[in-house]
Amino acid sequence: METRWIGRSLPRLEDERLLRGRAQFVDDVALHGALHVAFVRSPFAHGRIRSIDTSAAARMPGVHAVLTAEDLGRLDAPGPVLVPPPPIDGIEFHARTPAPLAREVVRHVGEAVALVVADSRYLAEDARDEVFVDIEPMPAVGDLEAALAEDAPRVHQDLPSNLAARTRQSRGDWEEARRAADLVIERRLVYDHGASAPMENRGVAAVWDERAEQLTVWDTTQAPIPVRGAIAATLGLSESQVRVIAPFIGGGFGPKIMFYGDELLVPWLAMRLGRPVKWIEDREESFFSTTQERSQIHHAEMALRRDGRILGVRDRFLHDTGAYDPYGLTVPINSQCTLLGCYDVPAYDSEFTCVFTHRPIVTPYRGAGRQHGVFVIERLLDHAADELGIDRVEIRRRNLLHPDRFPVRQGLIYQDFTELTYDSGDYPALLERAAEEIGYERFRAEEQPELRAAGRLVGIALVTYVEGTGIGPYEGARVRVEASGRVAVATGVGTQGQGHFTSFAQVVADQLGVHPGDVRLVTGDTQEFHWGTGTFASRGAVVAGNACHAAALEVRRKILRLASQELEAPEEDLELTGGVVQVRGAPQSAIPLGELAQRANPLRGAVEPGTEPGLEATSYFGPATGTTAAGAHAMIAEVDPETCKVTPLRYVVVHDCGTVLNPMILEGQMHGGIAQGIGNAFFEELVFDDQQQLQSGSFMDYLLPTATDVPAIESHHLETPSPLNPLGVKGAGEAGAIPVGALYAAVVEDALSGRLEPGTRIDSIPLSPERVYRLLHPDSEHTAENEGHEGDAR
Amino acid sequence: MLSDFLRHELGLTGTHVGCEHGVCGACTLLLDGDAVRSCLLFAVQCSGCDVRTVESLAGQRAGEGAATEDPLHPLQEAFREEHALQCGFCTPGFLMSLVPFLERHPDPSDEEIREALSGNLCRCTGYQNLVAAVRSAARRLRAEPGEPDAAS
Repeated sequence: METRWIGRSLPRLEDERLLRGRAQFVDDVALHGALHVAFVRSPFAHGRIRSIDTSAAARMPGVHAVLTAEDLGRLDAPGPVLVPPPPIDGIEFHARTPAPLAREVVRHVGEAVALVVADSRYLAEDARDEVFVDIEPMPAVGDLEAALAEDAPRVHQDLPSNLAARTRQSRGDWEEARRAADLVIERRLVYDHGASAPMENRGVAAVWDERAEQLTVWDTTQAPIPVRGAIAATLGLSESQVRVIAPFIGGGFGPKIMFYGDELLVPWLAMRLGRPVKWIEDREESFFSTTQERSQIHHAEMALRRDGRILGVRDRFLHDTGAYDPYGLTVPINSQCTLLGCYDVPAYDSEFTCVFTHRPIVTPYRGAGRQHGVFVIERLLDHAADELGIDRVEIRRRNLLHPDRFPVRQGLIYQDFTELTYDSGDYPALLERAAEEIGYERFRAEEQPELRAAGRLVGIALVTYVEGTGIGPYEGARVRVEASGRVAVATGVGTQGQGHFTSFAQVVADQLGVHPGDVRLVTGDTQEFHWGTGTFASRGAVVAGNACHAAALEVRRKILRLASQELEAPEEDLELTGGVVQVRGAPQSAIPLGELAQRANPLRGAVEPGTEPGLEATSYFGPATGTTAAGAHAMIAEVDPETCKVTPLRYVVVHDCGTVLNPMILEGQMHGGIAQGIGNAFFEELVFDDQQQLQSGSFMDYLLPTATDVPAIESHHLETPSPLNPLGVKGAGEAGAIPVGALYAAVVEDALSGRLEPGTRIDSIPLSPERVYRLLHPDSEHTAENEGHEGDAR
Repeated sequence: MLSDFLRHELGLTGTHVGCEHGVCGACTLLLDGDAVRSCLLFAVQCSGCDVRTVESLAGQRAGEGAATEDPLHPLQEAFREEHALQCGFCTPGFLMSLVPFLERHPDPSDEEIREALSGNLCRCTGYQNLVAAVRSAARRLRAEPGEPDAAS
């Protein structure tokens, strides 16, 4: 009987190393005689570099080099456009990418202008303080609407304005929808995301072995293979001379997919100085030198019939891309596409404008713009329901796409450059299950009136979302049965805590009839596997998981072919179980896989022409289009009118990401995503002043939620397998985080209903106790606007 | 800094550094039995003190290979079974914060557990499985009195 490991909550194989303090993270790499880098960063958001005097720093003991852009030779050039704009008619896109060290002009606080290399980080930081950087400050702009004004300070002088990109996508006839509508809701909606704040900051370490002419780089990257390619190309090395290792990584959540200047500088310095070199970002720098996500301002309209059916949506939005736009349009395209959600929206007309600002660079962070889109459609539906006198859950029910509609072609180009197509799902089932689990009807009819009568401010809300996941282009895997009978697997994606070592082992174990504990997986080491793109867009399980499956299937075929000869039995009579291949029903006729592997790799005799030695296979999986996961989140929460704290009382998630590989790991992904969503909705905020100085650049000010802030989460899973891949999986990494802002806005609004002035709406995220206070006390003298801050609840 | 000294001079890289301003708790270790932030201490301040890091939690017989390693501490075992870690970077700090907590609170309520966890930041797990792991570890420790306590 062959055992099935997929679908089991197997404890993780990687945990023991982590729990014993033995897992290797980048800063744990021991490099004898290493030199350490500290960056000199701009204190101004915008300014002209008049001069940089490095002489005092260079004279300090233990300092090996102090370099500016002038000293970088061919590295002194703008970095690559990592994601080009998608093929959408009429698209306007101005690519501006940062150089490793700024030259002439600085465009955001914290932009690196010089670097120091010294015997220790302590000495490097001391010397950094002696680098004299003379910058003439210039006016800076961060507000999206102000940045588009004709007289706004320009981020890039060679462009006529701060417009970075403009893209329109539409389908159906919005004007007609508007004319036919009984109700048109119009809203200005602001959604501000934040810093991914992984517990491990970024870091790079490099060793150049002059005799072997080999460069080894340890990097906290989500994309080791593209990093290797870029380093080799820039430093004039063959790709086979560069090994990039993404070892254990302390969380990524998106920004570690970026390719940063420091990832080039550190290897270059190691070659130039002939010594190992290491740079580890500190927490303060991470708020500037690591990318983040921020706000969009939407002017959205929804046209509806009296019965609540959506006729169309029109949206115009501004997107803050920061000082540069190396990651193209991924984030706003996600917002544009994800807005449609689980709903049947006949007419859609959406145009976004990306705006350069004097703020750190924006690239995807868990959700990657999807939050913003979900917030818009969910708020519009809530408000339309209120206007039409329809229950907020009922209006969603009336607009859901039905299961017989799949595949749903949306007529929009998604972030993977293909037409957004929903592959499968059962949205009514998600919604009904969430409503049932949270007890929506009963709470509305019985509990809420009683609570209100007792003076308590308790609300309920339910939101839904679709997440495009599992996009291409492809990933690969190599699976090999070793002479010991153990199985070695290598894949190109990096891992940042998602449990790949375990879930991929489960996939392989199912095909080869071994215990997952006998499958040893290597991820993110270009010497082990050098084709692939990386871990992003909730695609690891879909793309790399199916590549592991395909390679394991191929090895299984080889096993059966060879064992059939050895056991003199037809392949269809054989089974793989317990680490052996045996004749079904005749276990005395069996060969251990290790022995078979040795026979497949004989020391004498010939390997037959047309066959390959060993029990090994390499396979690739490249989906034509992405998969679409979906979910419904529901929450009951109480607002304390004194402290204005919002306390979740119950949190229900019903999620569908197709086949579940490891339910325990999947739940963990949900929990973590929701916690980040709660941080985004109520605790975290990147606050800039009018000079575009970050006011919340430490964990004292940028508040990550703690164990007392995140509720127990009740999660449930539906499984509609994806038809697009053999495992039937859809991605799940980002799902938890996506709808939480929309849910918080709705639940707080519901909790406060009856206490707010008529017409008061929550139309921005993040909320905070202060914002809740201002909602409750609109005339209070404590409502002074936070200067330079956008996105206030009105 | 004590954390730098342990990591870079002694090669004890199990203690992680997440913020260097005493908020995240990743660098937590035991100083004379109390959980402290090693990023806020100078190594020289700890002269003559008993310093325990995550590497000491399970213990390991000197000179022997992985095959004969001491079993995981009940807390570590509970973390594994309850999936209380994802990227694992914050994990050593959580473990070392929880050792004295469980010594002083052998039968904690969920509320006490959350309070105890709230001194450390985790960006991956959403804390729910951490709560479950502490509950489970407390149960194990109560059932096995005298089993490896943290400081052995």
